[in-house]
Amino acid sequence: MEQLLGQFSLGLFILQIVLFVGLILLLKKFAWKPILDAVNEREEGIKDALLSAENAKKEMMALKSDNQKLLDEARAERDTMIKEATAIKEKMIADAKSEAQTQGAKMIEQAKATIESEKNNAVAEIKNQVSSLSLEIAEKLLKEELSNKDSQTKLVEKMLADVKLN
Amino acid sequence: MTTIPNLVGAGLIVIGAGLGIGKIGGSAMDAIARQPEASGKIQTAMLIAAALIEGIGFAAFFMGK
Amino acid sequence: MLISRKTIQLFIATVFAVLPVFTFANADTTHVAKAAHAEVVNHEGDAPKEVVSEEVKAQEERAEFIQHHLLDSHDFHLFSYGKESGHEKHVGFPLPVILWEDGLHFFMSSEFHHGEAVAESNGKYFAINHHDGMVYNTDAKGTFNVDEKHHTTNTKPLDLSITKNIVMILFVALLMFVMFRNLGKSYGKNGGIATGAGRFFEPIILYVRDEIAIPNIGEKHYKKYMSHLLTVFFFIWFLNMFGLTPLGVNVTGNIAITAALAIITYLITTFTANKNYWGHIFWMPGVPPLMRIVLAPIELLGTIIKPFSLTIRLYANMVAGHIVLMSIIAMMYTFNNVAGSGFSFILAFVLSILEILVAGLQAYIFTMLTALYFGSANEEHHHDEEAHH
Repeated sequence: MEQLLGQFSLGLFILQIVLFVGLILLLKKFAWKPILDAVNEREEGIKDALLSAENAKKEMMALKSDNQKLLDEARAERDTMIKEATAIKEKMIADAKSEAQTQGAKMIEQAKATIESEKNNAVAEIKNQVSSLSLEIAEKLLKEELSNKDSQTKLVEKMLADVKLN
Repeated sequence: MTTIPNLVGAGLIVIGAGLGIGKIGGSAMDAIARQPEASGKIQTAMLIAAALIEGIGFAAFFMGK
Repeated sequence: MLISRKTIQLFIATVFAVLPVFTFANADTTHVAKAAHAEVVNHEGDAPKEVVSEEVKAQEERAEFIQHHLLDSHDFHLFSYGKESGHEKHVGFPLPVILWEDGLHFFMSSEFHHGEAVAESNGKYFAINHHDGMVYNTDAKGTFNVDEKHHTTNTKPLDLSITKNIVMILFVALLMFVMFRNLGKSYGKNGGIATGAGRFFEPIILYVRDEIAIPNIGEKHYKKYMSHLLTVFFFIWFLNMFGLTPLGVNVTGNIAITAALAIITYLITTFTANKNYWGHIFWMPGVPPLMRIVLAPIELLGTIIKPFSLTIRLYANMVAGHIVLMSIIAMMYTFNNVAGSGFSFILAFVLSILEILVAGLQAYIFTMLTALYFGSANEEHHHDEEAHH
């Protein structure tokens, strides 16, 4: 302790305090302030740049998702359009088919009716002709019976056989 | 004045301070090994504790001398 | 410290290859004195009957040299030679001596003739005491009165001389000013990026800010202390490093310097302290009133012990480093053979590396503790916060 105090020089102590405080003030004005300011500014700049980059990224993402959405919408629209078109087409085909069918059925019906009436006509005519024919035959028979009994019976038999065959 | 009792006393102080600082350093190593992510804080605390012991050691050493 | 085996082998080989140079240099004292922290050594060519006393004398001389190296000096002494021929020559330059003793006295230190003569100024006589290298008031013959405990009883003038330490301080201050001002300017010129030596120092400045100031003081208050912390850190670091150069000016190993640094820390702490800080000293919260009365003087003493321990820590670390390093270098000459001197050389080399580490470490610890004390002066309602947790 004695040695310590013995080595203590008051003059050096005072000078050191004066010099050191002077150095602090000088450096504060000319060195530390500009350095720390510059470093702070740089750090702020870096922080800002990072932030803006992050924002840009976010914006980009938003834009991308917008695009995606538009694309999706367009695709969906196209799909619905195609679907509608298909439906219309099918409907048209179905309509046409059903119309054709009804038309065909109608025509067949008419044809059938015509055929029926023709047939009826034909049958009626045939009936007429048959009746007139049978009248003629009966006339002829009656005529022949009068002339020949044998041949009359024969004829009648023959006619009857014919009728049977018919 | 440097007498033999003074020198022995100084030696004892140095042993004590050395043991103390050694223990702090060892514990700090253990702590860092256990939690490497807290190494900065541990280092600071270690230096402070070591500096305090060292200060006492030096003060006693110079008073003895 | 990791040194691979190959490097060690290479290093040992180099040491042994170089050793003869050193051992031969031993005979030629001027080379040695020039080479490093060396001192004037013993002489191989002396008569055999004087060998024992010469050896003792040489050892005393070494002890004295180390002692003197640690002290401040009034002239900037580089090296001496020619002692064995009887006409010792000192190489260096004188520095101005400024004294206050019933008026200002100003003269060059060359008037002391390296402590051998009495200087006279305005009717007052001054001489340098051989033991502590300080200027004392003496009579015309330069006698020192000594009491029974070998203490000099002469009074001292107020010594405001530009001593060797002050020269070093001024040099480091100038260096710091030029370097850091250039760094500060380089930002503006180079778009916010440091150039030159600043590139090396900028991370250290940021380290002081981010690892020392902000964690210990807090984000809110750290800015007003940054100038002091940075200046203290670089000042101590540079002076520690200069202390390790061959010039070896031991500035941070001077109690007056470290005391001044610690006092500044103490004053800043005291004058920027908030209510909470004083509350903790005089009226410790959270303890019974009786304990508060007991704790107050202890806490008050603690505030004084803090700068005291700062002073002693830096002083003792640097002095101890210098003493050990120089003792080991002196051992080279004591051994005076290849093996012993070689061993000392390796030891001195390793210790020098350790001292470089210590130079930075002590600067860091001083700054860290300073920041810690500033932080304690700015702490705010810690207990309330803890209650929330």
